[in-house]
Amino acid sequence: MRIKTKPLGEIEVAKESIIEVKEGIIGFPGLNRYILLNSEGGGPFEWFQSVDRVDLAFVVISPCEFRPDYTLDVSKSELESIGLKDPSEAVILAIVVIPDDPSMMTANLQGPIVINPKTKQARQMISNNPQYTVRHNILQEMQALADSDKAERGGNKLC
Amino acid sequence: MLVLARKRDQSIMIGDEVEVIVVDVHGDQVKLGITAPRQIPVHRKEVYEEIQRENIRAAAETKHDKLSVLGDLFKSKKK
Repeated sequence: MRIKTKPLGEIEVAKESIIEVKEGIIGFPGLNRYILLNSEGGGPFEWFQSVDRVDLAFVVISPCEFRPDYTLDVSKSELESIGLKDPSEAVILAIVVIPDDPSMMTANLQGPIVINPKTKQARQMISNNPQYTVRHNILQEMQALADSDKAERGGNKLC
Repeated sequence: MLVLARKRDQSIMIGDEVEVIVVDVHGDQVKLGITAPRQIPVHRKEVYEEIQRENIRAAAETKHDKLSVLGDLFKSKKK
């Protein structure tokens, strides 16, 4: 089907690639269909584009790209609400805020978008882990990671 | 807004599927237990509001909406 997107104009997408966010993204109720788009040279960054509203598209990144120790600490019932039994089955995306100085971009690790890749159901979940806030400076975290030499993966096989 | 007074162990039903129980009262802190169907998210209001605000910030127009700008910054740190 053809959809209008903010970054790429009108494009053709497969119906099966549409992600269903039943409860909507927090603050944007009633908008339940999204699609993941990437663009040239974007590296790990992608667009989480609303199918129903052209001008609504979030920049997203997997937390694993800059926090390989990231864990998804949410209740079993939140996972079950999108048909997941275990966090390791999930695709996780953090929403990015890009300020005027893009090197200060921040990712929300406290409220990740969690996707069931098999059913394409998704939900923005709120982490119970007090380590994670809504604003993690991506480049700073990468620098800290490089400085500490800690490239190990998290214990829950997420990353 | 409906205001109801409850004592410890008393409960409120919201519709057929949501229950709020006063689990404990200690000083000025009330511990509440909530039972709800799994599709209904239940969270502390201030956390919910913070996430909502941040989502709105993220969705707002930005000078830099070319992913390649971000991709380059990321690559430069990745060495």
